[in-house]
This record gives sequence, structure tokens and C-alpha cells, in this order.
Amino acid sequence: MALEQVKQEKCTEFISDDMDHKLEALLLKNEKSPEILIFVLQQAQNIYGYLPEAVLLRISEALDVSKAKVYGVVTFYSQFHLKPRGRNIIRACQGTACHVRGVSRIIGKIKEEIGVNVGETTEDLRFTFEAVACIGACGLAPVIMINSDTHGRLTADKVPAILSLYE
Amino acid sequence: MVFYRGHLLICGGTGCVSSGCKDIIIAFQEELRKKKLDEEIKIVETGCHGLCEMGPLVILHPESVFYCRVEVKDVQEIVDEHLMKGRPVSRLFFTEPLSLDKVPKYQEIGFYRKQQRIALRNCGFIDPENFNEYLACDGYAALEKMLSEMTPEEVTNVVKAAGLRGRGGGGFSTGTKWELCAKATSIKKYIICNADEGDPGAFMDRSLLEGDPHNVLEGMMIAAYAIGADEGYLYIRAEYPLAIKRTQTAISRAEELGLLGKNILGSNFSFTLKIKEGAGAFVCGEETALIASIEGRRGMPRSRPPFPVVKGLFGKPTVINNVETFANVPQIILHGADKFAAVGTERSKGTKVFALTGKLRNTGLVEVPMGITMREIIYDIGGGTFEGKKFKAVQIGGPSGGCLPEDRLDLPIDYDSLVQAGAMMGSGGLVVLDDESCIVDVARYFLSFTRSESCGKCTPCREGTMRLLEILERICAGQGVPEDIAKVEKLAYIIKASALCGLGQTAPNPILSTLRYFRHEYEAHIHDKKCPAGVCQALFDYRIDDRICNGCTICAKICPVGAISGERKQAHQLDIVKCIKCGICLERCPKNAIFKE
Ligand SMILES: Cc1cc2nc3c(=O)[nH]c(=O)nc-3n(C[C@H](O)[C@H](O)[C@H](O)COP(=O)(O)O)c2cc1C
Ligand code: SF4
Ligand code: SF4
Ligand code: FES
Ligand code: FES
Repeated sequence: MALEQVKQEKCTEFISDDMDHKLEALLLKNEKSPEILIFVLQQAQNIYGYLPEAVLLRISEALDVSKAKVYGVVTFYSQFHLKPRGRNIIRACQGTACHVRGVSRIIGKIKEEIGVNVGETTEDLRFTFEAVACIGACGLAPVIMINSDTHGRLTADKVPAILSLYE
Repeated sequence: MVFYRGHLLICGGTGCVSSGCKDIIIAFQEELRKKKLDEEIKIVETGCHGLCEMGPLVILHPESVFYCRVEVKDVQEIVDEHLMKGRPVSRLFFTEPLSLDKVPKYQEIGFYRKQQRIALRNCGFIDPENFNEYLACDGYAALEKMLSEMTPEEVTNVVKAAGLRGRGGGGFSTGTKWELCAKATSIKKYIICNADEGDPGAFMDRSLLEGDPHNVLEGMMIAAYAIGADEGYLYIRAEYPLAIKRTQTAISRAEELGLLGKNILGSNFSFTLKIKEGAGAFVCGEETALIASIEGRRGMPRSRPPFPVVKGLFGKPTVINNVETFANVPQIILHGADKFAAVGTERSKGTKVFALTGKLRNTGLVEVPMGITMREIIYDIGGGTFEGKKFKAVQIGGPSGGCLPEDRLDLPIDYDSLVQAGAMMGSGGLVVLDDESCIVDVARYFLSFTRSESCGKCTPCREGTMRLLEILERICAGQGVPEDIAKVEKLAYIIKASALCGLGQTAPNPILSTLRYFRHEYEAHIHDKKCPAGVCQALFDYRIDDRICNGCTICAKICPVGAISGERKQAHQLDIVKCIKCGICLERCPKNAIFKE
């Protein structure tokens, strides 16, 4: 009973602004079926930028999938995030081609510039720094992606100028 | 209809987009309008041409003049000189890396001369978002031929006779797979296109979907007809937004035209297609994991049998093929099995697309006949290693493949010869390593990849890759002990024999193949505590050669920890205790006086 209440509260507190309306619309549009769980999570993450706990609870309820299962799926795929993310996402390629062409030096430079490690977000939420395996632009190795822009043929000294393009 | 006297093909693939082709397109549009040529010359934004390194690429048809690294400031000159006066701008021609010749035409460039394009035949030549262009290149002719004159069995037989083998890695006979699924009794069956492309260093599936999506859809339709499926999925990596967008455009267009949906082209064949976006897990490329992922679950493999052809998506018989496999199918149906089988080796027919990357001059995507030698790919097509650098090895097949040394370069490449040599075709990633790449580091790199991508379901893979990685990290850190090599080998064979899925079973390959050909490098790390390539940071120091140093002081100024000191115009000294091995001094020294030892 107590748990029910917490959930209820969380959900109502939540359904208050525009984002939540979008989530509700999304859940209404899709029929109850576990099969669309990943799709719904992807869409929800597009709405909120990450997956807050209350959103996960709401999705579990609406799709009739257990909380454990939702959590299992969210933590399995590297695409899903449980914490707020920066306005700009830096993805450093750690694919083979980039590795042998010295991406680690670029990663070092980015760390130095923004002051956080791979997997972290800057305090001002300006950048989230991630490593990914191959973004499919190996011909231009070493490569990083910021949001949806690909920057290739990088050297460490080009990094500051590129970062300054993203506020 | 407007008749154009020329076409400007501007590459709009991912590589060229990142090199700035969008601005080039706008600049050409303006310039053509200004010069009133926009009724005569048509701009076509194409998919990747394969030579991304030289992008942005602009090709002028019909002369097929090939311009590389075009910048906005070159646009006016191309229009004025070439389009108005017929004088090509030779400064932007491709330069052959070995002979330094300037080559004006596409077909004459070494990179393209040895290629033979079947799967990639339209990539770079048509506008992938324009259905009519695909149609004009025999698009959907195979579908039409099949629906009007072939039974499903005939389709399967042709594909089988052509000898097409899966391009996703394993090399299983595609015709046989279809036949098995066709025989399974069920009213509901599925087709899945595997576009998860997880191998870090391969990007052919991306280019195929970005450059010629209808070709892949047509291949899937043919497969669906052959096995009796009426529904299909494309499982595409979320990291490929452009591929997803273009594939979606192609699907919508095909639906509008009645090429997808009910009673296609008036036949009683019906088929629908959906895209599923992957969510970032390498193991989801494995077929049973991929199915779990489409079903909305954690993407973990399960043991086979039952194989997906019997019990697949939602428990129904399912054929899963790779993007490139499907891309070959329309040509086989259209021109027959014999024509396809005429190319290649005894047991591997047709061509294979390779992503050629690493330490060589021309990197990019190449499609070559099976049976070509590695030497031809690396030297004739790839232009060899960079000036003054010595070839060391080529890594083929990504995290499940292996490294081949110089003396294996004349091996004709096909599925079976590669396995014998201790490597694997895999998805077709080819990474060239030179004497500045450390073999142990490369093995460690792949292990850290497979370790972090292991789904954790079975112990040999979850724990075994972890232990292997620990040992390799120790070796790279200079703390290896002589027993390590034997330990690594024993563990590697155990994992290979006992892991549940292909990820675990092939994870040790990069180690085993490097131990086979480059054992001495492991030994140098363990016994002499040296990294011959100067990659493993714990095993070398930076030093200044005082005979070469002219005391320019650059290094002393940029060293972030002040490890370098010396008088102006005097040889400088480097304090190896203070040095943090950032390598900036070596990069900046104008005299190349700094070296690793
Ligand atoms: C760990 C792992 C990852 C895989 N990744 C891919 C992939 O990214 N793309 C792919 O087509 N096949 C991949 N495969 C192979 C598939 O399981 C399957 O064999 C293939 O899609 C079948 O298609 P084909 O017969 O056309 O090659 C992978 C296999 C394993 C074990
Ligand atoms: S081999 Fe590895 S990836 Fe495959 S099922 Fe076992 S733990 Fe998972
Ligand atoms: S940069 Fe090179 S040449 Fe200049 S002081 Fe340093 S070592 Fe000597
Ligand atoms: S390895 Fe970095 S883009 Fe492919
Ligand atoms: S993206 Fe332009 S050539 Fe590959």
C-alpha cells in the first residue's frame, strides 16, 4: 500500500508539464505490449533527455511490464541514461581505426579542456563526454562526434576550437 | 523534361558531410544560378564513393572527372574553368600516392581500378533519396522478373547455385538458409536485415543503406518471396541516423508505389517492412540476441538449435541476413547464378566489401573480387603505408578476427583461407598496422572491447575475457611474467570451446593470431620490458638526441610539466622522472630530435 502511494505521488507530481503530456501521448499511441518497450524508452529519452525514475515507473505501469524488466533493459543498452545529460554530447570514437591513429591523445585533450572523464557530464551541463565504438567514418580517423556533427582528421590542437563551437 | 548536359555528383556520405560537403553543395547551387548554368548542369547529392579520406568529393559526369578535397573557394574556379570553358582544374585531381601522378578520371585512379562493384554498384552514382534514379539503374527489375516468371523454389535455387555466402561474418550459404526456412511449416514467417554493424572499424553496411537503400529493400523482398514471409524488419544501429533516415524514405516511397504492401505489382505476394533502431550493444548483432532485442528484451543470445530459421522472431521461422548479403541478391536474380559465380574462388563466390583503414594512404571502402590478395588491396588499392613507415600487420575481421603478417600478404582472400591463416572474414574490417603500432596493444584493445560488450550470460566469456584482459594489461604495463603466455593460451582455448555465442567463442582470436605470428613482441614486453613500437607507455621513455637538437626551445616551452630544460641554441635535456609521456614535444620538435626508447 505504502509503495503504491509513493508511485502514485511520483506519477502525479510528474504529470504536470509539457514533457509529461508528450509522454502520455506517446503511451496512449502505443498499445500495451512488451515488444515496444525499447521503442518507447527511446522516445521517452528523446522527450526528457534521459530516463528519470518516475518516467520508468510510468512506462512500466502503462505497458504492463515489470519494473525489474524495464530496469534490466535500460541498464543493458548503452544508449539509455539514468542521469541528466549535458546540452552537448561528445562521442569520442574508440573504434580500431581511430585507436591505431591515436584517438587517445584527442581524448586526453578533451578531458583536459572540459575537466571531466569519459562517461561524465560537466557540472554546468554543457558537455557529456562518452566513448563509442566506431561511428562509421573510419576513413577520417581519428574522429569525434559532437551532437550529430562528425569531426574527422583530428589533431589534439584542433580540439579547443571545435569545442568552442558548442555552448 | 529538362535535359542536362552534365551532372555534378557531390558526395553526401557521412565522411564527406563531416568534411563540409553541405557548404560545397550550396556554393555550387549559387554559382550555377549566377552563371545561368542551372538548366544545363544538375547537382546530385550521392552516397559514399569509398574514398572518404579525400572528401569532399565532386565528380563531373559524363566525363567522370574526379575532384578531391574540394573547398568552397574552389567552386567558382570549377564552374568558370571546367563547366564554362571545358578546362578541368588539375590542381584538384587525385594524386597517386606512389607515383605522385595527377589522375583526372575516376576509372583511372588506382584505388578504383582493381575494384569490382556489385553490392556497391550504385553507391556514389545515384541520389539515394530519389526513387527514379534507382529505377533507371535496373531498380526493381529483379523483383519484377521474379514475380512474373519465378517460383519461390526457383529463387532459392538460383541463390544457392550462385554460391552466395553470408557477408555478416560466418559465411553460411544464403541459399541453404533460405531453403531451410522455406521448408519450415508456418503461416507466419519473418525476414530480418542485420544492420547492427558492431565491428569497430567497418562501415560498409552504413554506406550501403545511405547510398543505395532501395537495393537492400529489393534484396529483402526477394528473400521474403523465397521463404514465404510477409513481414520484415531492418535492425539498424542508432548511431547511424543518416542510414535510418534514408532507409525510412525509401520504405515510404516503396509503399506509395505499391512495391511494399498488399499484392505487390499485382501478384499475390504481400510484404511490409519496419525499421527497428538498435540501442547500443555489440552483442545484438548476434542473431538470437538481435531477435530478443526486437522483441523488446535484453539482447542476450540463447543457445542454438533451434536455429532462427525454425524458431526465430516471436517464435516464428525467420531468416536473418546481413545488409551486404541482401545487396547482392537483386543482381543474382537479374543476371543469373552463373554470372555471379564467375567471380571469386572455388568456395567463395562474388565480391566482398572491405573497410580499409589504419596506417595506409588511401583509406575507405572497397569492393573486390574474392580471391584477390591482401597485397593487392593494401598496395595497389590502398597505396601502401605512409612514407618511411614499415608495414607490420593487417588486422582483419575486427574483434573476432586476427592479424596477418607480411609473409601472408599473398594469400588469396576468401572465407576459408582466412580461417586457416588464423583470422576471419568477419564483417570485412581491414586495419593496417605499421611499425608504430604495438601488436600487444592491439590485442589488448580488442579484448577490452569484447570484455565490455560481453552480455554476461555465460561464465567463460564474462569471466574469461576479464582475466585475459587483466593479463594483457599487466604485460602492457611492464609487469608481465614468463608464465603469462602459456596462461593466456590455455585460457583462450577454454573460452573458445565453451562460450555460448560467437562473441565469446571468437573473442580470443586476436590474441591467438598475434601469438602465432608476433610472439616475439609479447616476449619483448615480458622479458626485456620493452615495447618495440613505442606505444605501451610504461615501457619506453622520451629522449632528446643531443646531436640533432639545435636548441630552438619549443619543447621546453610546451612541455606541460616542465620536464625539458636547456639554454637557447644548446642541446636540451629531458628529465625522464618528471616526464608524463604526453608526447607533445615529439610532435612539435621541428628537427625530429625527440625519440622514444
Ligand atoms: C557477437 C556477434 C556480433 C555480430 N554482429 C553482426 C553484425 O553486426 N552484422 C551482421 O550482419 N552480422 C553479425 N553477426 C552475425 C549474425 O549472427 C548472423 O550470423 C548474420 O547476421 C547472418 O547473416 P549472413 O548470413 O547474411 O551473414 C554477429 C555475430 C556475433 C556472434
Ligand atoms: S559468449 Fe559472451 S556474449 Fe555470448 S552469450 Fe556468453 S556471455 Fe553473452
Ligand atoms: S624542439 Fe627539438 S630542436 Fe627544439 S629544443 Fe626541443 S628537442 Fe631541440
Ligand atoms: S574506428 Fe573511428 S570511425 Fe570507425
Ligand atoms: S563519404 Fe564521401 S567518399 Fe565516403
